[in-house]
Amino acid sequence: MSEKNGHSNGHTGTLRLKTGLAEMLKGGVIMDVVTADQAKIAEDSGATSVMALERVPADIRAEGGVARMSSIELLREIMEAVSIPVMAKCRIGHFAEAQMLQALGADYVDESEVLTPADEHFHIDKFAFDVPFVCGCRNLGEALRRIGEGAAMIRTKGEAGSGNIVEAVRHMRTVTDELRRLTTLRPEQLMTAAKDLGAPYEIVRMVAESGKLPVPNFAAGGVATPADASLMMQLGAEAVFVGSGIFKSGDPIVRAKAIVEATTHYEDPDVLIRVSENLGEAMVGINIDTLEEKDKLQTRGW
Amino acid sequence: MAVELGVLGLQGDYAAHGAMLDRLGATWHVIKKPSQLDGIDGLVMPGGESTTLIKLMDSSGLWKAIADYAALGKPVFGTCAGMILVAKDVINPAQRSLGLIDIGVERNGYGRQIDSAEVGGIFRDAEGNRPMDMVFIRAPRITRLGDGVEALAECRGDVVMARQDRVVVASFHPELTDDLTAHRYFVEMVA
Repeated sequence: MSEKNGHSNGHTGTLRLKTGLAEMLKGGVIMDVVTADQAKIAEDSGATSVMALERVPADIRAEGGVARMSSIELLREIMEAVSIPVMAKCRIGHFAEAQMLQALGADYVDESEVLTPADEHFHIDKFAFDVPFVCGCRNLGEALRRIGEGAAMIRTKGEAGSGNIVEAVRHMRTVTDELRRLTTLRPEQLMTAAKDLGAPYEIVRMVAESGKLPVPNFAAGGVATPADASLMMQLGAEAVFVGSGIFKSGDPIVRAKAIVEATTHYEDPDVLIRVSENLGEAMVGINIDTLEEKDKLQTRGW
Repeated sequence: MAVELGVLGLQGDYAAHGAMLDRLGATWHVIKKPSQLDGIDGLVMPGGESTTLIKLMDSSGLWKAIADYAALGKPVFGTCAGMILVAKDVINPAQRSLGLIDIGVERNGYGRQIDSAEVGGIFRDAEGNRPMDMVFIRAPRITRLGDGVEALAECRGDVVMARQDRVVVASFHPELTDDLTAHRYFVEMVA
């Protein structure tokens, strides 16, 4: 863009710009939407960003079939409808979908386990893109592998479309505990730690020193209530993604506003009570124990 | 005089502003409700999503509280979304704002994220001109400067930092760089 404007001193697509947009989303709620009308409702309810996709995870789970990137028309309509950043999902390893999303002007790409993986061995080389990427993780090793591939934001995988927060809690706690453990190691232990984590040594060393991920760390997968959002923020999440939890509930507008308030005032039970009153029906949840391993979305990716 | 600064902490990169103020040795507090503005000598409005911030400022009572605070002539520093919130006129799309500084602002005036850029600009104060690294993220563009508004920095032919009385704005994110100049300017203005 700076080139087109006749200025040659600008740099686009840098890591600082990629993580910088994630910085702007902190303390906010990113909402899954499948129509332009839903995107508008999300924006009017205070979402910091919307995630465009063809079907919300609960429907993907119910209907089965191959879940792919959203249609071009839908993405265009959503980008036209709202002024907040628009994210879009592509399949794990499907760099052609990602190239199209970048060319369409998506503000963030989620290389997501919620869609059907396109590659069973390799995630996308995210350094090859100017558009920033967010990726899911279940533990520190997975987070650092994605960062090693160029992800500018990490989120928990949780169990998308389940309406059950237990997996997101497990993933957030696992990342935090493993981070804390790294900071207690002596320098000569870090190479073995990197080997055990399956993560790049240089990033392991950096994280052991700083005690935190080098990119923002958000929560996703199973957030259905204001209390869920508060719980994840108190566990260390810096913002919250809500997938099926809003538009699969009884009153999406009221619930969307409530989760926005709860994410900001996560440490204030009085606010949580106020926004949780008269919320209407939450989405029907799924008990994780009843999910067969093959039906878990979180096991996609590695 | 030791000054007490506030950083609006409803949403956005307020922690990054706090880290800059820490480096300058300034005392600061996160502001999430009106009562926390008591005793604050200077308020930073961070980057974030302005549409979200408007709603959270309304529901918390901070919209009115910040308007009252600024009406006393107290200092405000708004970056990116923070600048949108304190500008007089906002377009693309039009939205309401506090009108604390007489500028016109176009939201996302430089394009979407793919157009976000790190660019070299020029900052000027009493000591003269100096180069400054600037980070623009889905940045708003200053389209009009009213009478009495002073340009403090320029980049790509646009004014990107400005001041009127005790309100300072920047369309870029000094809090995402290592350059303390903009924050030092504000802290010295407050003191």
